[in-house]
Amino acid sequence: MKPASFSYLLPKTVPEAVKMIAEHSGDARFIAGGQSLVPMMNFRLARPSVLIDLNRIPDLSYIKDRGDYIAVGAMTRERMIENSDIVRDMCPLVHDATLNIAHLPIRSRGTIGGSISNADPAAEYPATMLALDAFMVAKSERGEREIGAADFFDGVLSTSLEADEILTEVRIPKAPANSGSAFIEISRRQGDYALAGIAAQVTLDDDENIIGIQLAACGVGPGPVRLNQVEDGVRGTTLTAEILSNAKEAATAAVDPEGDVHATAAYRRKLTGVMTERALRKAVLRAVGKK
Amino acid sequence: MLDEPLRQSGGYIGQSVPRREDRNLLLGKGQFVADIQLPGMLHVAFARSPLAHATIGTVDVDSALAINGVHFAASGSDVCAELPPINGMQVVTPQGWRDRVDTDILIPDQPLVPEDRVRYVGEAYAMVAADSRYIAEDALEQIEVEFEPLPPLPDAESALKDDAVLVHEQLGRNVAALLHTRKGDGADAMESCPHRLSRRFVHHRYAAMPMETRGVVAEYDGRTDTLTVWSSTQVVHWVRREISTALEMPEERIRCVAPDVGGGFGGKGHVYPEDILVAWLAKKLRRPIKWVEDRHEHILNAAHSRDNIYDVEIGFDDRGKIHVVTSSFIVDSGAYTPVGAGIAGNSIAHMLGPYDIPHYETDCKVVLTNRTPNAPYRGAGRPEVGFAMERAVDIVANHLDLDPAVVRFRNMIPPEAMPYDVGLTYRDGVPMVYDSGDYPEALRRALDALGGLEVIRKRQKDAWANGKYLGLGLGCYVEGTGVGPFEGATIKIDSTGKIMVATGACPQGQGHETVFAQFAADMWHVPIEDVYVTVADTADITLGYGTIASRSTVTASGAIKIASDKIQEKALTIAANMLEVGEADLEMRDAGVGVVGIPDMHVTWREIACAAKPGWDNQRPIGVDAGLEATSYYEPPTVTWAYAANAALVWIDTDTGKLEIEKYVEVHDAGVLVNPGLADGQVKGGLVQGLGGALLEELAYDEQGQLLTGSFADYLMPTASDVPPIEVLHMETPSPLNVFGVKGLGEGGAIAPPVVIANAVCDALRPFKAELNSTPVRWQDIAAITENADRQQNMRADQEA
Repeated sequence: MKPASFSYLLPKTVPEAVKMIAEHSGDARFIAGGQSLVPMMNFRLARPSVLIDLNRIPDLSYIKDRGDYIAVGAMTRERMIENSDIVRDMCPLVHDATLNIAHLPIRSRGTIGGSISNADPAAEYPATMLALDAFMVAKSERGEREIGAADFFDGVLSTSLEADEILTEVRIPKAPANSGSAFIEISRRQGDYALAGIAAQVTLDDDENIIGIQLAACGVGPGPVRLNQVEDGVRGTTLTAEILSNAKEAATAAVDPEGDVHATAAYRRKLTGVMTERALRKAVLRAVGKK
Repeated sequence: MLDEPLRQSGGYIGQSVPRREDRNLLLGKGQFVADIQLPGMLHVAFARSPLAHATIGTVDVDSALAINGVHFAASGSDVCAELPPINGMQVVTPQGWRDRVDTDILIPDQPLVPEDRVRYVGEAYAMVAADSRYIAEDALEQIEVEFEPLPPLPDAESALKDDAVLVHEQLGRNVAALLHTRKGDGADAMESCPHRLSRRFVHHRYAAMPMETRGVVAEYDGRTDTLTVWSSTQVVHWVRREISTALEMPEERIRCVAPDVGGGFGGKGHVYPEDILVAWLAKKLRRPIKWVEDRHEHILNAAHSRDNIYDVEIGFDDRGKIHVVTSSFIVDSGAYTPVGAGIAGNSIAHMLGPYDIPHYETDCKVVLTNRTPNAPYRGAGRPEVGFAMERAVDIVANHLDLDPAVVRFRNMIPPEAMPYDVGLTYRDGVPMVYDSGDYPEALRRALDALGGLEVIRKRQKDAWANGKYLGLGLGCYVEGTGVGPFEGATIKIDSTGKIMVATGACPQGQGHETVFAQFAADMWHVPIEDVYVTVADTADITLGYGTIASRSTVTASGAIKIASDKIQEKALTIAANMLEVGEADLEMRDAGVGVVGIPDMHVTWREIACAAKPGWDNQRPIGVDAGLEATSYYEPPTVTWAYAANAALVWIDTDTGKLEIEKYVEVHDAGVLVNPGLADGQVKGGLVQGLGGALLEELAYDEQGQLLTGSFADYLMPTASDVPPIEVLHMETPSPLNVFGVKGLGEGGAIAPPVVIANAVCDALRPFKAELNSTPVRWQDIAAITENADRQQNMRADQEA
């Protein structure tokens, strides 16, 4: 399990990195925390001829309050996000999701940009960004563009980033007033990728009617799955047992996971329903508790 | 405390002496095979089969050889032209066992690199040596090979079909061993039983997963024609023997060392092709050679284990007293059987466990398939048979509406029946007699540690009433430990008076250096710092057996004792001469020998060792040989019987099937504990491995014989955060079979968890009348049980409405 030979480049700035990827476009890979790419390279399942290491670009690691949203640099470590007051106070769902990512040593290396660009269907951040309608900022020598989460994730381990683009920043809308959120997942071991996980955020009006709902699932499709139909069934209601039960059923029906050695497709579907029910209940309780 | 030189009363045995091994390990100064760097060393990598079963056509290594930095490449035919296969019978069974158990054994030899056929995914078909492992792996990609696929035999049942292709054509069948034995009236006793139940139990395939994978470094010295081999193994003397055979070198010209070894658990308990190939190549190329198995190779190629199917029938009366057990089981041995029928032999001997069951009959097939070879893993046949038997006991209890604990108490051998003649023969050829113990007391203590049976049942009823599910899982076993045939020890007292101990034991983290020093310090009445222990080096002792099968504390202590006795007898003669008294007036004390009752009349081991030297002015009596040195071999009369009762409380989340272990208790008895701290760690480590096997670890194959769990992304090891609250309680019933009263305990912890968890889940889900008779215990299966029950209930409600 030794990687095939590759060249190694170490840019110090974003423009340098952008130039390098343009030069080697097609057979170069960025390496961020390396928590997924390095094992893939050791198995020789990934064989980039050039590796561009982003770990020495200080400008890519930050968490900033930008009014309507918070901006997180692509090379920000998951551990830093976990410990960030800004994230916990303004995007609590992101904080919650981070706590579910692997184990401390992995969170200390892993980055938000790496997780999102890698787009593992079972990973926590892609589903969270999809639920929160976050924006990804991509740069290339051709310029900069902002991609909405719904357009960003594009199937198994695939995104709409072009071969010469680098993800530099994630822009996450702040949680509205009177909102509550929860990230709940189930995995065979603590810290594993989820068999099924749900990112949920709800916003209530003064009468505790759900006026906003954002729901996405991980681990149960080719990519993160936005549960639109479940949202439609819940929006405008108060969360009764019946509504919850309907949401559970709708979520079960909404996903089409594949089975593998860890869980059958049917079990993953069932778990999607259970996680949806639990995440919704917790999110609403948190929203009510805030009032 | 350890500095007090006279601390002999009570001695070191029984003290939790800190591990002397830990200083180096904690300072990062341990030395594992991967740490060994020699000048000019080449690195080996193996091309491994992507197919489960195929004929090998041409293997072209020329392109691999053309790569810069590659020094050697060989196909299977290149290797087979120079080296014989490993003898299929690495482990021989004694005549006494073959006399009592019907056997029909055909074990295939294992080619070091096959030339004609690959028989499992991961079997090597070519090898290269290069300046680095990176280059070696580049070279593997250039090897061109033609495979002609053969029908794969992905499991034992397909290999047993009449028209199944043969894994080894020369055997004429896919069965490596057929075993049969019986006790009492055997299956004939079934007819007179008021109740009979039959079930199939499946124990899935998982394996030893040591933190350090396997690895070998070898260096040949042409001047002295000697070979030094460092292998991460549990059996240095076996490795030396097989290299000697293959290379036709005298054993004494080969030194085999196991440096620090990061876990073995049975997976390193026999000789592998790589051990021999690396040694061979070092001699052939006259350069040091290194091969370190990577994790993917380990999962594919190091021995797997478990993988049994049991068909059990059990006959019992209204009170739950079991009269007869019969079982017919198959062991999926994979493509080769490096340890022969050893696992099956263990299973046969351990089925009846702590119970007094008059009639028993069993037969077994060890089946060759296109899976990775199967060899013992911590427990070695006992977790498998224990799963079948202890599930069956719970099923009997449920059938009669009795508590499983009550049924166990009714069947257990009482302490007053010890020693208890089981009526079977152990695989050392000796009739099985449980030597000592109080089995019911162990179970009582386990239940008490969970609050007592009444409290547990009340909590369970309350939980059910609230729509929650709490279950009690029990699992009891006995374990033959300290098996022969022998272990060796060499003791030397050098002129500094220090005690040098070498044994054939081969630790992998157990703490042998500490424990053997405790024994020797007590035997020699010296502070433990005066004892130097070397292990796992064939240069230090001619014959050794190795550390497998929960045996080293029992067998090595016996060898240390015999060798010490021999030297001490001589030392007393010399001391008597020095002190001018009769030997009868002497005693060992204060790091030497003194006259009883006269404190000043004393000579130290240093003084005696100097007096014993050959040459001028020695102080030996006439007729006494020079030197204080002896090598002895302990051949235990038979095994000592450790045992345990396990109990766990488990909660089930019926929505997801997820289970949570509230508490897991093992009450364990391994006789006198030499080092209670280490004993505790051994049992706990075993329990965690057992829980891993029960819930997470799985070597899953598809129908083509492809392994689906070839990395740690899919082969799930329990991590620290998966370990539930565990309590280990020790009883100490001495074994009457050795002077120290010790029994073995290395494997114990791993035996019961799979059945304890399965029993707990079934107990929690009794309202659903569910049975889980296979491992691993999966949440999705639990969820399906409750979901189906809900559905049926709804259907019934609909019908009534």
